[in-house]
Amino acid sequence: MSTATTTESKELAPVSAESLAALLVSEQRPPRPSAWSASMTFGWRAVLKIKHVPEQLFDVTAFPIMMVLMYTYLFGGALAGSPEEYIQFLLPGILVMSVVMITMYTGVSVNTDIEKGVFDRFRSLPIWRPSTMVGYLLGDALRYTIASVVMLTVGIILGYRPDGGVAGVLAGIALLVAFSFAFSWIWTMFGLMLRTEKSVMGVSMMVIFPLTFLSNVFVDPKTMPGWLQAFVNNSPITHLASAVRGLMGGDWPADEVAWSLGWAALFVLVFGPVTMRLYNRK
Amino acid sequence: MSTQMSGLAIETAGLVKTFGETRAVDGVDLSVPAGTVYGVLGPNGAGKTTTVKMLATLLRPDGGEAHVFGHDIVREADEVRGRVSLTGQYASVDEDLTGTENLVLLGRLLGHHKKAARERAAQLLEAFGLSDAAAKQVKHYSGGMRRRIDIAASILNTPDLLFLDEPTTGLDPRSRNQVWDIVRAVVAQGTTVLLTTQYLDEADQLASRIAVIDRGKVIAEGTKGELKSSVGAGSVHLRLRDPDQRDLAAELLRRALDAQVQPEPDPVALTARLGTAAGEDSAAEQSARALGELARAGITVDNFSLGQPSLDEVFLALTGHDTHDTAQPSEDPKDEVAA
Repeated sequence: MSTATTTESKELAPVSAESLAALLVSEQRPPRPSAWSASMTFGWRAVLKIKHVPEQLFDVTAFPIMMVLMYTYLFGGALAGSPEEYIQFLLPGILVMSVVMITMYTGVSVNTDIEKGVFDRFRSLPIWRPSTMVGYLLGDALRYTIASVVMLTVGIILGYRPDGGVAGVLAGIALLVAFSFAFSWIWTMFGLMLRTEKSVMGVSMMVIFPLTFLSNVFVDPKTMPGWLQAFVNNSPITHLASAVRGLMGGDWPADEVAWSLGWAALFVLVFGPVTMRLYNRK
Repeated sequence: MSTQMSGLAIETAGLVKTFGETRAVDGVDLSVPAGTVYGVLGPNGAGKTTTVKMLATLLRPDGGEAHVFGHDIVREADEVRGRVSLTGQYASVDEDLTGTENLVLLGRLLGHHKKAARERAAQLLEAFGLSDAAAKQVKHYSGGMRRRIDIAASILNTPDLLFLDEPTTGLDPRSRNQVWDIVRAVVAQGTTVLLTTQYLDEADQLASRIAVIDRGKVIAEGTKGELKSSVGAGSVHLRLRDPDQRDLAAELLRRALDAQVQPEPDPVALTARLGTAAGEDSAAEQSARALGELARAGITVDNFSLGQPSLDEVFLALTGHDTHDTAQPSEDPKDEVAA
């Protein structure tokens, strides 16, 4: 940094005292932004970051494609007779699994951001306190949507035919993105709580692997031992996978949708306040 | 309300912050008059940044209380946030975004509409000489440019109170002077500035009152003049031609200047710390007199320099120890929690 300072500051244009003075003459301060507007502004920041570093979309493009291809051809023949048969069952489930897995990057980005000075500036602004966090999640919701579209495209190429049509597919994606938005509050909490990026990753893996694999994403839980069925049948991921599968398949699985939204609300109500407490104490 | 009447921007009483075993801030009392630059001077780890973070509502104090324009920093944090702005030692803008994007982002967060935020961003970049770099990501800025964009971000809405936490640490002298000019322009418009610094000359250049803090406590407070007179006017460093004359020279200086004279490790060098008892004479006048005395005694002086009192000397005078052995593990509370 110091070498850059000496070389570049020589060509730096001087500060213009008059125009600075003119800018400082106190004008009426605008009213504070609403909670919604502040959150959307932080969401815009997340989008700008994607624009500057598009490589970060790797995890919502390449990773989901890999998941669909891998599991369709790995299990397809054994479980359903052929990959084409299996993908009718698998695609909504693997969609849920991949997007829920991608949510854990939220924790990592929160964790790396708080180390930077800009976080202190945000915290010293007179705005709705959760808007910084909501902004992250809005940016991530965009990423979840991209991942969903990518996976659906691959699925359709491989022969997936959703009976629910465009409306069913859109409803399924909307439910998935809404659930993931709520679920991500777990990661904002860990992102603020844990000290290093690595520990955030470690904890995320510990939570996400059992939670997503122990579900009805790959197979019908009926063949599992009773104690596992008890867990799997009550897991939020199972409810969500059933709801998305139903919506895309043309049913209207009202109870599964309600269960998914109920879990989503619970995640926000529990982990939202804990996140904000940590944020205020940081 | 009473504090507002008395024109105080900041008033703290017994402010305390502890990190584990460390009392980073240990009972700080400050009264900062509105409309002035107030310098907080101290070495690394003295508790400057921790104090600023509490006043800017980023850290909750563990004891004592503080008011900013009459608002309690804990109970009325939101009121305080509406009136203050913070510029850290670190670039507190988003490195991944461009200069324009950063300022538009903050403008929007401060309630400006899209168009107004863009206009304000362009005007600020222009005034700060950053127009050419407006579309560059901040991570490609030089140190001097970063400080500028950082200060620009802090005055998007002209704040009533601006915290400048070591604004020139790590800058070359030229960029440093430019930052000083910006600070002067900001204060001229009526903003109160709380400036923390490790450099005595920076406090001297900008601040009207100065508090010296060490190990979390205010050890001296007053106007620049008061502080300087408690420290002395500076030091005279001499190199003689003949080492045998050193003792005689020291004795002459002691008498002529009423100064503390110390021999240096170099056998021909010595340092005299100018006292205040020599009357109202300036340091230069005192030194001229001393040189005259030495010449009359036939002592040849090879090299002579007059130094302003350094922070080290201020500390030595005020605390009896120098800045190096005050250092606490770290100024950054995050590290201290981790430690």
